[in-house]
Amino acid sequence: MEQETMQPIDSQPSGELADATTPRTDASGRSRRIFLFKMALFLNGMVGTVLAIPILGYLLGPALRKSASQNAWIDLGDAGDYPEGETRLASFRDPFTAPWDGQTADIPCWVRRIHGNDFQVFAINCAHLGCPVRWFAQSQLFMCPCHGGVYYADGSRASGPPPRGLFEYEHKVAEGKLMILAGKIPTLASKNCGGPRLTQIQPAASAEAGSGIPSQKPGDDSWPA
Amino acid sequence: MAGMKQRIFDLYGWFEQRLGLGEAITGAAEHPVPSKTSSWWYVFGSAAAVLFMLQIVTGILLAIVYAPTAGQAWNSLQFLDHNIRLGWYLRALHGWGSDFMVAVVLIHLAQVFLFGAYKYPRELTWIVGVFLLLLTLGMAFTGQVLRFDQDAYWGLGIGVSIVSRVPWIGGALVDILLGGPILAGPTLSRFFALHVFVIPGILLALVGVHAWMVLRLGINEWPMPGRLVSKKTYVAEYHKLTQKSGIPFVPEGAWKDALFAAAIVLAVMACAAWFGPFGPTGQPDPTIIQTAPKPDVAFLWIYAVLAYLPANLETPALFIAPVVIVLALILLPLIFGEGEKHWSRRPGAVLMLTGVALTLGIFTRLGTYTPWSPIMDAWSREPVPVACLKDRTPLERAGAIVFQNKQCRNCHAIGGEGGMRGPALDGVASQMTEDQMIRQVLQGGGNMPAFGNALSPAETTALVDFLETLRSGRVPAAIDASRNVAESPGPQPGTPNLPARPGR
Repeated sequence: MEQETMQPIDSQPSGELADATTPRTDASGRSRRIFLFKMALFLNGMVGTVLAIPILGYLLGPALRKSASQNAWIDLGDAGDYPEGETRLASFRDPFTAPWDGQTADIPCWVRRIHGNDFQVFAINCAHLGCPVRWFAQSQLFMCPCHGGVYYADGSRASGPPPRGLFEYEHKVAEGKLMILAGKIPTLASKNCGGPRLTQIQPAASAEAGSGIPSQKPGDDSWPA
Repeated sequence: MAGMKQRIFDLYGWFEQRLGLGEAITGAAEHPVPSKTSSWWYVFGSAAAVLFMLQIVTGILLAIVYAPTAGQAWNSLQFLDHNIRLGWYLRALHGWGSDFMVAVVLIHLAQVFLFGAYKYPRELTWIVGVFLLLLTLGMAFTGQVLRFDQDAYWGLGIGVSIVSRVPWIGGALVDILLGGPILAGPTLSRFFALHVFVIPGILLALVGVHAWMVLRLGINEWPMPGRLVSKKTYVAEYHKLTQKSGIPFVPEGAWKDALFAAAIVLAVMACAAWFGPFGPTGQPDPTIIQTAPKPDVAFLWIYAVLAYLPANLETPALFIAPVVIVLALILLPLIFGEGEKHWSRRPGAVLMLTGVALTLGIFTRLGTYTPWSPIMDAWSREPVPVACLKDRTPLERAGAIVFQNKQCRNCHAIGGEGGMRGPALDGVASQMTEDQMIRQVLQGGGNMPAFGNALSPAETTALVDFLETLRSGRVPAAIDASRNVAESPGPQPGTPNLPARPGR
């Protein structure tokens, strides 16, 4: 090994310094300093704990917001602009956007006007893993390009991996405008999304229409009378 | 000349007197390693470290131009690609460096596993290595988000959807992940902080710990069949081995590491120059829904697994499987810390490694062409094969139009073109009778939606007429045996005398 040349340079100064210092080594001073060190450690622990509160509050802030404050009524334009019996793509600017969000705050949704003021507004996100579903008017199906989830015109699950139907926005028609309650991304965890509807059989099967299947839950304000 | 040399030596001495690192570094570099470890099998760890350094350098260079805001990130990538001299090449280096790093880390893990190098006393080295793998994958995922294009936007949406399925706290986790109600500016900033500060910081620290332990415990000796690891004797045996047949790591062991590192960086450079950067695909505008998002290659297998899992297994599998896999990796050296290292005496290990590699490979391959996805424009893009239209009646041809127009082609292929979500229908007339086809089309089932609401009776008739022509000439059409009985002339013995049903 060729390390011998390095050793003298390293060892000399540290030996010199050790000789220069003459620390007080009496027992009482020593135990006092150890106590003070422990107290300082404890103090640091306290300061750290107090410091952690605002840091955690800052990090968890988005989760601590009330979910009611994450949705607002949004105007989707004149209800009359949506043709009856058709499903159209609409989009809106998310109400809780930051100036640097760019296009990401432009949220699309599918608007189905059944007849009159009878609407359904579906989120674009597949209930499986959130990919954008596309509407095919000819086959009356929504299809997802990611894992092949398919939904019927009323948003109910037709086939594929989704665990439920499409997410629906609460909506109302006010002064001729179609309004939806939106703002937060719809996921399986968010409770603000309506359940699937029992309107799968449309007028074509009119014989069964009067069979007593309720197409509307009582007290559901998203379905104005 | 001699004076010059002396002055350089003095300068080195001045620094060394103050730093005192030279001795430690020389000692570490020249520490003896078993001579057989100078092998091409032992180069992957150092190659991963070199690739990590490349990622740090190229990452910093990209960060001096990249704009980490949701509104401008995509534009800044375009600017890098087209307006900054060689910006495209730096993006390509970083992207390819990432793929290479994931691959080399995986190969390193496989080699260490196969050589039993995780056994005593290197258990902790392996465990730290498991976290290094997870952090590397974390870098790959967050890096894909920073390439803020359509794939990144919807890919992150997939991540959000997965997180939302966590029982009880899913909603809160989604909020923390997004930093707001939607996937937007604060989300990208979070992933920027993760990709640029948090994960690389932890990664650097753990790489240091990992390398320190390799130096401290010595490189794993070349496994020999029958040479068993025992906690009582291993350290002494290893020491004897390095004493007897040891060579200094630098240069006798390290020359292969150095050569391989150069080769792998050269390979990254070549791929970057030849194939260019990844993306960006379309801009991250959620209103542009004509997209089929797909993750980067390291995560394609997860994407494929998610397509094949039954719906009721999905949430348990998503959260239990990763925990089990990581726990198994961590516990591996603690449970199997002694015994045989050589692969020829560990058939279970070899089998497991082969199985995992094959599984990952197959699912990744499937992820490249996603047979489970409907092809969204197949109905309007793919022509009906001429053979299916030649000498057909007007009704059958009308059925072909219904077939295309109702998007059947998105999931069902004819003549090799079309979706693979459902079965190809080239021979469907040999497999299903007319009645079965009508029922299947109208009511769906077996993972096919019902088309009863979308088809008029006339359209159904035409469609099924067309489908009935789809069979190869040599295979007879499927028949309903009971109908033959009903249609045969005269009463059969033992059957009620029913009127024969017309053909339709």
